[in-house]
Amino acid sequence: MKVELKDLDFGYDPSRPVLKDVNYTFEKPEFICIMGPNGVGKSTLVHCINKILKPTGGCVLVNGKDNRDMKLKELASHMGYVPASSEDSFPLTVVDTIMVGLQNDTKFTTSEDDLQKVYDVLNLMSIEHLAMRNFNELSAGQHQKVVLARGIVRMPEMVILDEPTSNLDIRHQLEVTRILSELPKQRNMIILMISHDINITAKYADRIIMLNGGNIYAVGTPAEVLTKENIRIVYGVDADVIEVNGRPHVILNSAIKEE
Amino acid sequence: MMGEYHRYTVRKLIFIVGCTISMFLVMGFALTIGSSNISFVEVYQTIFNHFFNPDAVNPDYDWAIFTIRMPRVLGGLIAGMSLGVAGAAMQSMMKNPLADPYTTGISSGASFGATLALGLGITFAGIGGSLGLVLFAFVFSLVPAAVIILVSSMRSTSAATMILAGIAVMYLFNACTTLIKLGLSDSSLSAVFQWSAGDLSSVTWTGCEIMACFTVVGTLILIMMSKKLNILITGDKNATALGLDAHKLRLILLVLISLMAASVVCFTGIIGFIGLVSPHIIRMFLGSDNRYLIPASAAFGAVLLMVSDLIARVIIAPTFLPVGVITSFIGGPIFLYLLIKQRKSVW
Repeated sequence: MKVELKDLDFGYDPSRPVLKDVNYTFEKPEFICIMGPNGVGKSTLVHCINKILKPTGGCVLVNGKDNRDMKLKELASHMGYVPASSEDSFPLTVVDTIMVGLQNDTKFTTSEDDLQKVYDVLNLMSIEHLAMRNFNELSAGQHQKVVLARGIVRMPEMVILDEPTSNLDIRHQLEVTRILSELPKQRNMIILMISHDINITAKYADRIIMLNGGNIYAVGTPAEVLTKENIRIVYGVDADVIEVNGRPHVILNSAIKEE
Repeated sequence: MMGEYHRYTVRKLIFIVGCTISMFLVMGFALTIGSSNISFVEVYQTIFNHFFNPDAVNPDYDWAIFTIRMPRVLGGLIAGMSLGVAGAAMQSMMKNPLADPYTTGISSGASFGATLALGLGITFAGIGGSLGLVLFAFVFSLVPAAVIILVSSMRSTSAATMILAGIAVMYLFNACTTLIKLGLSDSSLSAVFQWSAGDLSSVTWTGCEIMACFTVVGTLILIMMSKKLNILITGDKNATALGLDAHKLRLILLVLISLMAASVVCFTGIIGFIGLVSPHIIRMFLGSDNRYLIPASAAFGAVLLMVSDLIARVIIAPTFLPVGVITSFIGGPIFLYLLIKQRKSVW
């Protein structure tokens, strides 16, 4: 799987571009986190990759093919998606909710094979006990795990996650992020996740892409990207970075006053 | 653990079969009601003989059932099915529990068309009378959907845009209808009122055939699209990421549901509540999986409308009440009761 962003531009208003000349290639099975302040274009960037938004300039190549020339179904066969918050309006059971993630691949009736895939992912997320519960009866943490399971049930080559841990307590944040961080090695997937939690990202990410001003400001391992200087420039925050278990750990001091 | 899911699926199928059997039993019972005294068993004997053993037919029973009673009862069955299915699909498509087949302004368009035909005596392509009314109601009931499609093509096909465009058109048509009504005679006004309250008494065999065409084709297509509807209820972004063009699908569904509802409303007038409540009652028992919800809503909608019509016919016999009044009187309390008793959260 190879996803190339080539001179990618996007703007809702042509005079105010959100993304400008973004270039990057996703190739290796890795856990990659996109970071940056609010409004910097993180969600816009991932939505351009999976065609929820159409770039206003440049292109996204998926295995060498422009995603604008790919049908949604073809693109979906390569990529899974987990939105920031679930918009499910009428609740299904947990099994049926996850089954929706398979539906463009399956026949009208539920086959044993489909059901096995759903139960496999339930086991992976350790939520098999929730199988027959109604989706809207779950806690926020369980809820998010189910949405996550729906995004990965097809085991696509790439999974895009838009702040999947934003509504979770720290225990569930850690648990969900750990599961995601193991998927690249276990299932040979590229996991691309937007995250605001700097220390959880530092603990688990293989690579961090830091966005600023509609472009990639820094990219590399957590130790390379999460530096005192980068955090000051991108977030406007004074912080100290120490090392814990070979990973950077950020101690936030104060917001720097805007001039 | 998978056995539990299989048992759950079998329970849902049994429920659908039960609803379908109930539908035919209620139909048989409804056919016993009338001035000729025909028993429940005799109804089914007559139907069987009519199709498979014409020599054994009792001509009086056959005439009473097939000429007098069947169009009304069958009309109720088909209209109930159509409204139930259209309601279930509309709610899923709009991701809105308050949506019903009339959400996009179909009823206001149809009312305007019927008022024009009844009140002003305008004919359609030279055809007057009841057929003129049916044609006018059908054509005008599709106007709001056409406006929504036009607005959506210029802006977006989000559920909210569709609902708001539908409301705008609804107010416009209601205002036009009110203006026309101001100049109507008492008899025309009474006919307009009778039509707008919903009534199965004027349904003919031709009406049944036309409604059946739209209902059967529409229901089958919607059942085939039910997995796509399941994706749509998870949100547009998720649907797009799963390979579904949510905007295009919503437009296709809008056309399909509008045709189904328009084919009913032009023959029966505005029968409320069936399309809104049937899917919700079914969700309480079967959940929101459209693969089961749509066929079950069809059968349950038919049962609810036929039972309502039965009551409308007998409660102050020999006078008939408009069935639309009874659907609300029956559906409302049942729905409230189930809402209170319901343990699982359905919405």
